[in-house]
Amino acid sequence: MTAVPSSLNPELSHAHGDDHEHHAHPSNNVFGFWLYLMTDCLLFASFFATYAVLYMNTAGGVSGKDIFELDYVGIETAALLLSSITFGFAMISAHAKKQKAVLAWLAVTFVFGAVFIGMEINEFHHLIAEGNGPQRSAFLTSFFSLVGLHGMHVTAGLIWMTTLIIEVARKGLGDKTVTRLSCLSLFWHFLDVVWICVFTVVYLMGAM
Amino acid sequence: MSHSGTQVGVQHTTHHEQHDASHGDVKSYLIGFVLSVILTVIPFYMVMEGDYSKATVLWTIVTMAVVQVWVHLKYFLHLNFVTEEGKASSIAFIFSALIIFMVVGLSVWIIYESNAMMMY
Repeated sequence: MTAVPSSLNPELSHAHGDDHEHHAHPSNNVFGFWLYLMTDCLLFASFFATYAVLYMNTAGGVSGKDIFELDYVGIETAALLLSSITFGFAMISAHAKKQKAVLAWLAVTFVFGAVFIGMEINEFHHLIAEGNGPQRSAFLTSFFSLVGLHGMHVTAGLIWMTTLIIEVARKGLGDKTVTRLSCLSLFWHFLDVVWICVFTVVYLMGAM
Repeated sequence: MSHSGTQVGVQHTTHHEQHDASHGDVKSYLIGFVLSVILTVIPFYMVMEGDYSKATVLWTIVTMAVVQVWVHLKYFLHLNFVTEEGKASSIAFIFSALIIFMVVGLSVWIIYESNAMMMY
């Protein structure tokens, strides 16, 4: 009986109850989610490749140097980085089963994430209002696609975070909820990693 | 049954010992945060204020970005080679990194070379 790893045998782990489930299934779920994120990396990679190929094709319009405001991007970066560490504190509280602390840290994380998205929407709005929308040139198409793809991921993360805030508030910190929080934590930190590449390749190199 | 009980007990101990590696603590998050701030401020400063040559700036910001990605992977995403889970995740990441290098690096190489050829 002990020769079969419980993680490979659902009947066994059910027989042992929640205790086993806590060790076997959640880590599989989190690892599975990590594999999804690795495929998401490839999606971002193809958008980065497209941007790298097209960024010089401005069709007589604006280039990165004309439209990127680095102090603005710096504040966006700070908001996202702060949200990463506050999510880390939420996870530490989750593992310590401190419900109120988790809710507080998640709320703070949400606010920083919302600041980031708000600033990005504002940036896009200004560009489009000045006639520099995605249809203007290949550079702007690839810029809006790459930065917009990241922004949509962050928006999805915020929606997911809202559902988990409600779940934690209503049901507390059961094993399943903590597993879900762990997956969102990976997603959120992963998006911060992608943003490092975005601000380096798009904004810093573009403004040089 | 008593034997399998011991097994569960062993798993508990291992799980506890590996706790820090897979979840992180306040200290590791703070280290990661401080390193990230430094690795973000330097490239922004170099591009905005610095009076350095273009090549210097380019190599510095790329290096800082790579280091910061590593910092995030280690301190925020807890990739490691200590736990079984950490090993599997790290290997999955290394494989993705290889594919990303091929997708981005080779695309850029091919397109820029063909662009250069069109000039003649």
